[in-house]
Amino acid sequence: MNIQDKISLKVKNMPPSGIRKFFDVASEMGDAISLGVGEPDFDTPWHVREEAIYSLEQGKTVYSANAGLLTLREEICKYMKRRFDLTYNPKTETLVTVGGSEGIDVSLRTLLEAGEEVLIPEPSFVAYMPCTIFAGGVPVPIATKAENQFKLTADEIENAITDKSKLLILPYPNNPTGAIMEREELEKIAKVIIKNDLIVLSDEIYAELTYGINHVSIANIEGMYERTIILSGFSKAYAMTGWRLGYALGPPAVIQAMTKMHQYVLMCAPTTSQYGAISAMKNGDSDVREMRKAYDGRRKLMLDGFKKMGLSCFEPKGAFYVFPSIKETGMTSEEFCEALLKEEKVAVVPGNAFGSSGEGYIRCSYAYSIAELKEALVRIERFVSKILASKS
Amino acid sequence: MRNKILELLEENSQYTFEDISIMIGIPIEEVASIVQQLEDEQIICGYKTLINWDEVEDKEVVTALIEVKVTPQRGEGFDKIAKRIYMFKEVTSVYLMSGGFDLTVVVEGKSMKEVALFVGQKLAPLDNVLSTGTHFVLKKYKEHKVIFEKQKKDERMIISP
Repeated sequence: MNIQDKISLKVKNMPPSGIRKFFDVASEMGDAISLGVGEPDFDTPWHVREEAIYSLEQGKTVYSANAGLLTLREEICKYMKRRFDLTYNPKTETLVTVGGSEGIDVSLRTLLEAGEEVLIPEPSFVAYMPCTIFAGGVPVPIATKAENQFKLTADEIENAITDKSKLLILPYPNNPTGAIMEREELEKIAKVIIKNDLIVLSDEIYAELTYGINHVSIANIEGMYERTIILSGFSKAYAMTGWRLGYALGPPAVIQAMTKMHQYVLMCAPTTSQYGAISAMKNGDSDVREMRKAYDGRRKLMLDGFKKMGLSCFEPKGAFYVFPSIKETGMTSEEFCEALLKEEKVAVVPGNAFGSSGEGYIRCSYAYSIAELKEALVRIERFVSKILASKS
Repeated sequence: MRNKILELLEENSQYTFEDISIMIGIPIEEVASIVQQLEDEQIICGYKTLINWDEVEDKEVVTALIEVKVTPQRGEGFDKIAKRIYMFKEVTSVYLMSGGFDLTVVVEGKSMKEVALFVGQKLAPLDNVLSTGTHFVLKKYKEHKVIFEKQKKDERMIISP
């Protein structure tokens, strides 16, 4: 028997994430600097950790309600009202998930019939495509463009729509580009979405991390509330990646169907994490403000650094990534990243890992200390100027 | 703008004017002139380095926190006696307190004996000082928002992009 043959083709044929190989090499070099990590460098605020510890001391270690602790759901709904002016019912329109990732998986599997198409703007988070395929759907990438600041346009959606289109994933603020969608831009795409009767999975995991402008959810646009599922979580805003906690908000029928699936697959999200998260929702606004301020300073430092190197880099208004173009060097993203790692020991992520439209770019996370970022910029600058000099 | 600069410098006084200008998005010259102003107005009162002397082997620094009860003076309140105390070079901080005593005086010295001598010979005998209570610091865990522990390693893994 060849056990290999027993693995489903759906899984076997899925390429591994295009990220790892660089970082396996990087982690073996002692003095390499990595700008590759997609998670905050802050620790979870102490009051959140303390609340979770207290819940453990109290022996609150049993399953929670399938949809999550009601208190947490209530706090999430208050938070959504306070921060984004959106009203959800904690009992019928809120599901606490195991990270934003589960939200993506469960919503796709809840909504998709085999062969239905999911529109996925790219470059974007690497899990949308595999999760769509695992759910039996067909991913239809939409390449967003640097000249549109990687925003999604109505025309681009229209061109991708077929009679099989069912869902649009809306990944803004965007990983890896840092692009955001503003109200007027959302209004424009909303028309197309409504006209074609699409459902939107709005991945708003970076909603708290926008700079100089507040995040607007597409659920806030007229006619969109009833066809939008918001997927979000605690990982990025509250530096809680390891807690694996997120939430989904949307029309009762969808949330209840998702809850059914969630109940069979996962029972409930980790109870300890949920107790901590209650404190994040209740008392965490100032923590988020402080972290956002720190990220903003680093963002400007990175942007300035890349501009001084002569690489074009549009100003990211969200998340914690910059996405400079390296086309000037004449190298592909992968060549650039490999050579940069070899010569200057800096690890960044090639843009094509996020879809073919990311070719010609690199993603640099600025979830690192100012000192590390400055050192990385010095090294990248040395590397780039050598290449540009040898070309001219 | 002033507050933004102050917050950054409070976090790390080694940020250069260039760093600050990039991070808050104003020209370097403007940063320099605002910092100058803040120094002139004595809002920025100095730049120091936070040192954990416990980790330095060939030098000992003893810190004591002294609760001092004093008689306030007519027309001067506590200010005059506070000044008599803070002018001593052994004194690193003086605070006027609410509650059971009046002044918190922080004193540094090379040894417990040196600090005790200071309290016994200089501080306690002052006119207007009614009583002192000396508490020696045994270990510093955190000062000025900085935790004096070995920094932990970055344990983040490249799990997902």
